[in-house]
Amino acid sequence: MLACHDLVLRYPNASRAAVGGVSLSVNAGELVCVTGPNGSGKSTLLRGMLGMLQPEHGTATIDGRDVSQWEPAELAAVVGVVPQREAITFPLRVRETVLLGRYARLGPLGAVGQEDRAAVERALHRCDVNQFAERRVDQLSGGEWQRVRVARALAGEPQALVLDEPTTSLDVRHEMEMFELVRDLADQGLAALVITHGLNLAARFADRILLMTDGHTAALGTPADVLIEPILSQVFQWPVAVGTTPDGAPQVIPLRRSAAAGGN
Amino acid sequence: MMRWLGLALVTALVLLLGVALGSVPLQPGDVLDGLVRNSGEAAVIVRELRLPRVLLAFLVGGGLAVSGAALQALVRNPLADPYLLGLSGGAGLGAVLAIAFGGGSPWAVPIAAFAGALVAVALVYRLSVVAGRRLDPLVLLLAGVVVGSFAAALMSAIIALSDAPRLRNAFLWLLGGFSSASWPTLALFAVYAVIPLAVLLLAARGLDLLALGEEPARHLGADVDRLRRRIYLAASLLTAASVATCGIIGFVGLVIPHAVRRTWTPMHRVLLPAAFMAGGGFLVLADLIARTVLRPIEMPVGVVTALVGVPLFALLLRRSLA
Repeated sequence: MLACHDLVLRYPNASRAAVGGVSLSVNAGELVCVTGPNGSGKSTLLRGMLGMLQPEHGTATIDGRDVSQWEPAELAAVVGVVPQREAITFPLRVRETVLLGRYARLGPLGAVGQEDRAAVERALHRCDVNQFAERRVDQLSGGEWQRVRVARALAGEPQALVLDEPTTSLDVRHEMEMFELVRDLADQGLAALVITHGLNLAARFADRILLMTDGHTAALGTPADVLIEPILSQVFQWPVAVGTTPDGAPQVIPLRRSAAAGGN
Repeated sequence: MMRWLGLALVTALVLLLGVALGSVPLQPGDVLDGLVRNSGEAAVIVRELRLPRVLLAFLVGGGLAVSGAALQALVRNPLADPYLLGLSGGAGLGAVLAIAFGGGSPWAVPIAAFAGALVAVALVYRLSVVAGRRLDPLVLLLAGVVVGSFAAALMSAIIALSDAPRLRNAFLWLLGGFSSASWPTLALFAVYAVIPLAVLLLAARGLDLLALGEEPARHLGADVDRLRRRIYLAASLLTAASVATCGIIGFVGLVIPHAVRRTWTPMHRVLLPAAFMAGGGFLVLADLIARTVLRPIEMPVGVVTALVGVPLFALLLRRSLA
């Protein structure tokens, strides 16, 4: 569904490429997490894969077609995106916000049809935000607002869902709820690509993980392949231990400096 | 639905008051008579003086409110107003130039003001289009302020260097008024305003997206660059025409969109037409006050919009914060 091959991305006037030759594909029904240190090129990769940055080299395709050939509205109807940050300037109500997810599918005069209303209601239910559909979005908690934004992305009935750090500043429950939701959506056939700093969330929910460092691929594969101690310590420049959760997923534990020094 | 009905009723009432009241107050019967039958003294006052004036004030007020609402969404800043983007400076400079150096033609000042506004719009646009065809809202704001200040400085220089009585005219003209309203002015403005108004009203959904920010808007399917250019040009052309018609009337474009957002909704499909009606009604009312309170002296309508609007808005702010 979403794919890039040997993608090189450089910001204007930057001396070195922010992403230097990364290949990744996200298929229908699959949940792929992208992780790595701050500034390792995760968000830039996403921008490249969504056609917001012209590649210097390599290709980015969506549904097999080069991303530069998609019109904005066409693209929005196929890929739902939840960007990292979003300031609220003029607060709408929850239902109105979710309706904006239908923009790419509305009629020429922006008329809202039966089908649009139904899709909005489905998205509201799907993300469990229907009970406060009439509330203003500036009166929501962080977790609620995040779910509303996912609902907005789903209202367009996309085939792929892309989330940029969806659980930043969410508590444990909301973090888990978010990933359970995305996992469910992937199991129902959506291609899901999630940028996250939550290594242990990625470990338990992702089918595959792309670990980035300095714009390059440090490792790509199943959680068990990627989340291993030498790679992680190297990439994050910090000692870690890797254990196992009761359900068998790898569990990354950053160590205290003193413990890592081994008592010397 | 009830809100639309209420707004429509209040607007109709204000329009009727605007036609009925003035230096010669008319009975509702006279007004109707004047509208329907074309005879008698009342008919002349209604048809030749008040009706074009009231309709022009309504259109200008509506246009300013719609421009303001659209620009606020475009730059994602509730402080934006239609004149912020260098327009008032450019128009003022044009008007002062026409009065200081121009002939006596009644059309010279509006035409010069319009030209000045267009030059300012073009300059601001040129400065804000970065990296090919992208219009950056923050740069747009800065360019507007810079171009406006430059034009204002030139205007001050000209005022300082030429004689006073003429300049009082320039100054008064800039403060705005509808005393020169006539059917030809109304027709000219109406024909001109239709296109930018239609462009803005049709962009309502797009404005909802732009108000979210560039990235979300793009991901939701908006062609952000094209949309921004279109909205900026339509809003500025509409404002330039209103400046040429009746000078600089502040406050309507800033505050009416806020009032509608706060009391109703920020959704542009509702906000834009509601702001059009509210802005139109408000300016008709302000003009009514301007020409009746101190008659036979006519106050600049821009003074009235602020004197009436500020307390009203302060009240609204307090109530919605409470």
